[in-house]
Amino acid sequence: MASSQLLALSGVSKEFPGVKALNNVSFDLNEGEVHAIVGENGAGKSTLMKILSGIYKKDSGEIIYRGKSVSIPNPFEAQKLGISIIHQELNLMPHLSVAENIFIGREDRFPGGVFLNNKKLVQAAVDLLKELELNLNPNDIVGELTIAKQQMVEIAKAVSYRGSVIIMDEPTSSLTPAETDALFKIIRTLKAAGKGVVYISHRLEELEKITDRITVLRDGEYVKTLNTSDTDIPEVISLMVGRKVAQDQRPENRTIGSDIVLSVENLSDRHLLRDISFELRKGEILGFAGLMGAGRTELARAIMGADPKTEGRIILHGNEVKIKQPSDAVAAGIGYLSEDRKRFGLLLGQDITFNVILSSIPRFSNKFGFLKVKSAAGIARESIAQLRVRTPSERQFLKNLSGGNQQKVVIAKWLTRDCDVLIFDEPTRGIDVGAKDEIYRLLTKLAEEGKSIIMISSELPEVLRLSDRIAVMCDGRLTGIIDNKDANQNVIMELATKFSEDFTTVN
Amino acid sequence: MSDVANKATKSEEAGKFKAFVKREIGRVTALASLVVIFTFFTIMRPVFASWANVSGGILMSTTVIGLMAIGVTFVIITGGIDLSVGTSMALVAVIVGKTVMAANLNVWSGILFGMVVGSLLGAINGILITVLKLPPFIATLATMKGAQGLALIISDLKPILFTTDVKGWDSIAQGNIIPNLPNAVLILLVAAVIASIILNKTVLGRYTFAIGSNTEATKLSGVKVNRWLIAVYALCGFFVGLAAVVMTSRLGSAQPDLGLGYELEAIAAVIIGGTSLLGGKGTISGTIIGALIMSVLINGLRILELQQEWQYVVVGAVILLAVYGDNVRRRRAGETTN
Repeated sequence: MASSQLLALSGVSKEFPGVKALNNVSFDLNEGEVHAIVGENGAGKSTLMKILSGIYKKDSGEIIYRGKSVSIPNPFEAQKLGISIIHQELNLMPHLSVAENIFIGREDRFPGGVFLNNKKLVQAAVDLLKELELNLNPNDIVGELTIAKQQMVEIAKAVSYRGSVIIMDEPTSSLTPAETDALFKIIRTLKAAGKGVVYISHRLEELEKITDRITVLRDGEYVKTLNTSDTDIPEVISLMVGRKVAQDQRPENRTIGSDIVLSVENLSDRHLLRDISFELRKGEILGFAGLMGAGRTELARAIMGADPKTEGRIILHGNEVKIKQPSDAVAAGIGYLSEDRKRFGLLLGQDITFNVILSSIPRFSNKFGFLKVKSAAGIARESIAQLRVRTPSERQFLKNLSGGNQQKVVIAKWLTRDCDVLIFDEPTRGIDVGAKDEIYRLLTKLAEEGKSIIMISSELPEVLRLSDRIAVMCDGRLTGIIDNKDANQNVIMELATKFSEDFTTVN
Repeated sequence: MSDVANKATKSEEAGKFKAFVKREIGRVTALASLVVIFTFFTIMRPVFASWANVSGGILMSTTVIGLMAIGVTFVIITGGIDLSVGTSMALVAVIVGKTVMAANLNVWSGILFGMVVGSLLGAINGILITVLKLPPFIATLATMKGAQGLALIISDLKPILFTTDVKGWDSIAQGNIIPNLPNAVLILLVAAVIASIILNKTVLGRYTFAIGSNTEATKLSGVKVNRWLIAVYALCGFFVGLAAVVMTSRLGSAQPDLGLGYELEAIAAVIIGGTSLLGGKGTISGTIIGALIMSVLINGLRILELQQEWQYVVVGAVILLAVYGDNVRRRRAGETTN
């Protein structure tokens, strides 16, 4: 590569109390290059990015920026050097406008420095958005935009610093394929302008499309840097996890009984869902596929009573159950594992024991309302062993566990509640490749033990790998249920885009 | 053809109007409620709408709470709270009273001194919250008690009278630069306009919203959040200082035990005016409307000769209604954007 080096890290280490987050890691970035950093959760990607953007301080090692050794003590300094970052969690001010967000901290002012020059601010935003070909109105309030558009605001903000290094941490996690393509176009523009992009993503198929080199980290250690053109996804995965993972597996042909555990009849809601009926059998994994906005999460929430339904019956073990609120569903034995574990699934500041018994407190308290501490700790230890949660003890706080282990604790919570029906919404979102595998095995094992599982997933390989049958939704309707053996990605996509006559014009 | 074009622009205008109403519905409902309440009392007792009652009764009694509420609006928009404004006002009043009497200050230096002392007290809150990282509720609860005690200690439990030596101190609030309009009301109006400009046109205002909207993101964007937060609390103190000056002028004395409880009325005015307790959202005009609603209510109920105990109950109900209405509105808005 003839282009010159922008940034180089050598021998960078960082230790947190009890954890070696980074150990002697090296990395370099050239002008006009997109360099990916991949690794499982806990591999040290985020720590590395936070060191580069001035949020953490490194313990040892050197950062060389344009040939000079630099220190980056705070985010302000990183920006001054020309390093900007797009955070994984959107870091925007929802009440402010697009323009105000982009230029926060660098507002145009009238002479004197007290009053804002809003006209100039908006004009600068208009110019920038035009340059990036982003279809955003600078005066729109950010909180009223879709997540994807908010992501675009983040990108515009990062570019507006006119730095030479842009770090993108999971920029596509909330984007549709079309929006992802738009982002890639922007990245190519940045590349052409000689900027360096550090690209972090769990979506490995993206790496082939956009990156020049890939650096793999594992457990805080540097593993290898590959030229994208000389490698393929299986190799990257095997470097990440230290072993080969098969990509397109299918479930073993299990025989599933004919006992119908749950049937949903003619369910509709006020906004989206229309006339949905399906049955779930004992020991079955029923996958739900569909595009974003097809209504899968809405369906799960309607079944759980989290959102009102206008019509429809829910029949459990042959008897109709009235579900008006989530506690009714839980009492009937239906557990819902939200796609957003941190918001809807867990108490991050509490320990494993507390989280495991959270839905079953009456069972773990005596008649005076005191908690049975010993039996609670006992069930927590049992769950840890059964689900193989990696933790020093049952008293560990949830926020100190990795995503995969957090997910296992949520599962343990519902198993402790003794739910027959478990609804998993994106069970592996934000979970790294190795831990995904483990969650897959766990789901299969639960089904084999007689639990009935509804699994909503946007990753088709995941749906194909786990589901006995696959239900496909489009635009609030169920467009088909197919057996796994008849399914492939093409068949599913066809069903997922089967918009009904009267709605094709709208979409 | 022109008809069609006309229709198009009309519907476009209607759309803009709708968007405006949707955005401003908090203030629009508050203003509408104010008009409804005012009309109700006027019908019940026509004397209610007389200028004497409006200026001397309603507007005059809005001034002190209104000034404090302006300051508190900034704090609440950052997502914070200031419980100390009531007793801080008493403390500023006492300090100003002592100093003015002892040093024989003239009116203008007295006013300026009050605002400086108020700002300093506010800055102390800001420092406790940012440097010591205390939650605003706790920090200002502590300074609220501290200020209450200090006001009593400094005054030796006695009111400080502004004797006639200080020429014109009473006219700060009670004079009429504009005929028939008490100066205190004029001060409130001017303060509201200035505050509104600060909130909407200056860097400080922009960061007030930014911090309340997402503190972490603001920090990561390179904004020195702590410094700006201290400035916001100091600004709040500035208006508290102004309120103290107006208060002493109205009473002709500094009362060390007057002020406790005012903070809750100021906060209520801010909330009724549509400012979100969660931060990121709010207006000065809303706050003024909120303060007016409270004083119109109290004045009207008094004219209707409702017992004071029941006045409290009615004010409580109005606060509930205002916040509940805001919640309903927000849930609806959430539904349409989803």
